[in-house]
Amino acid sequence: MLKINDLKVNYGGIEAVKGISFEVKEGSVVTLIGANGAGKSTTLRSIVSLVKPASGTITFQGENIVGKSTDEIVKKGITLVPEGRRIFPDLTVLENLKIGAYMRKDSIKDDLEWVYGLFPRLKEREWQPGGTLSGGEQQMLAIGRALMSRPKLIMMDEPSLGLAPIVVQGVFDIIREINKQGVTILLIEQNANMALKAADVGYVMETGRITMTGTGEELANNAQVKAAYLGKARK
Amino acid sequence: MKEKKKSDMIISAVLLAALFVVVAVLDKRLSATGIAMTVLKKGCIYSLVAVSMNLLNGFTGLFSLGQAGFMLIGGYTYAILTIPVEARNSVYQYFDGGIVQFALPFWVGIIAAGCVAALIAWLIGLPVLRLKSDYLAIATLGFAEIIRAFFQWDKLGVLTNGSNMLRKYPSFQSLMFPFVVAVICIAAIVLLINSSYGRAFMAIRDDEVAAEAMGINLAHHKRMSFCISSFFAGIGGALLAMYQTTIQASAFKSNMTYEILLIVVIGGLGSITGSVVATFLFYACSEWWLRFLDSELMIGAFKVPLLRSGFRKVVFSVIIMLIVLFARKGLMGDKEFSVAGIREFFSKRKKKEAGS
Repeated sequence: MLKINDLKVNYGGIEAVKGISFEVKEGSVVTLIGANGAGKSTTLRSIVSLVKPASGTITFQGENIVGKSTDEIVKKGITLVPEGRRIFPDLTVLENLKIGAYMRKDSIKDDLEWVYGLFPRLKEREWQPGGTLSGGEQQMLAIGRALMSRPKLIMMDEPSLGLAPIVVQGVFDIIREINKQGVTILLIEQNANMALKAADVGYVMETGRITMTGTGEELANNAQVKAAYLGKARK
Repeated sequence: MKEKKKSDMIISAVLLAALFVVVAVLDKRLSATGIAMTVLKKGCIYSLVAVSMNLLNGFTGLFSLGQAGFMLIGGYTYAILTIPVEARNSVYQYFDGGIVQFALPFWVGIIAAGCVAALIAWLIGLPVLRLKSDYLAIATLGFAEIIRAFFQWDKLGVLTNGSNMLRKYPSFQSLMFPFVVAVICIAAIVLLINSSYGRAFMAIRDDEVAAEAMGINLAHHKRMSFCISSFFAGIGGALLAMYQTTIQASAFKSNMTYEILLIVVIGGLGSITGSVVATFLFYACSEWWLRFLDSELMIGAFKVPLLRSGFRKVVFSVIIMLIVLFARKGLMGDKEFSVAGIREFFSKRKKKEAGS
């Protein structure tokens, strides 16, 4: 569905992504894990054209989308749940969700119900400004807002950032649920443990390069990954 | 909920109709040259301009200071297009009657005023809207000053009458006219803000990156907001020209923009009704209610200290400082004054009383 080939991105004068290639198959959950500054966020941002790649190709459903504008890419069915949630604090929950569907001209009634079904809490807080929600609720809103565009591929940038463990569990449950309903997911995380458990395929990124690939389970059991990301001592 | 919404709509419509009647009565009763009339007329005109500025600064989050420039463009466009042909020789006495030798009806002139202002805004927006926050403010302020100088340029005299004033174009006497135009324009802006475009503007204000990630084309929407705001500022400029019966570019200084910005901030960035209420309060205070501070007052043989010409402005500044200190988000914040809001306010009170 999404194929990245030899992608290079310069970010503020440094080469943040140094030629990576990976693939996201339709219906799967793929995760990119890695430490701060590995280039994970930059990769996602370049897929939706928020930063321009220096070279390489990004193919979505057989079509090269490098150089297309963000709104065109969103229309094609890719949305990004940005890092740190970035909901619109002064708009109500409902307005936030409606903004998510901004690129669509058809009726959004069914999708509102779908999102409210996934996140009953949002329905309760429909008229509240987004900024007054708790961190976990804001993350739900950020995911719900992205779902309102009816994406084929949803990309999430650190959805567990700054959330309590029990809330993180809830977020990952939702991710699996969304995936079950047919949305492909590309997830980047520092919480490697949770991400690898949820993922079909994982990629490990280090300083702009992909250094390891495998199924979620393989990586979770890999000694090096364990040592570097899962906090277990090398034997 | 739906039922209540419907009844609120009806109440709002009734209130608006009542306001029309009040304006009609005031039109008959108040002296046309009295201070109350001046305040009301200026209030109507400037509330439109303030709301247009709020659309840009309060709802889209673009800090622009070009409003006086766009009012100037609107005012001049109106005047140039509507001066009757037979009056042109006396108006353009130094420029052989000017080059425009036709006159349009006043309402075409008003619409043209908005359109020309929007067109210029589009052109200025191409380079300027790439800037953000303070830089955008400086650039738009600079453009407004350039426009002012440009319209006074001698070489353009055949069109703008150089630094001389334009006059003899159709104007209005009644209060009803600026009131109706302002109501129509503000209603249009309210409809825009409540549409999906309005939501997109507010999303850009709240978080540009997230808005872009949602597929909102930033450049397109900013340009749109800038042009629409300038369109209504242009219409406001045309109304101002009509009200003054003469127009001269040198009057559209950056002071005028600051005054409008002050009104918008006092009313609350992001509140339409706040801007309107603040406009009327602002002009009532500065032109009317505080006048007594400017004249010397003797109580018996005692001369009240401080009261002298200009003291009004001192008191006025203090009031503004107090507002900024104690109501940091303006009088209304980003709330609106609405029938539903009032009902909610009273029902909350009732609940509190019942609870205590």
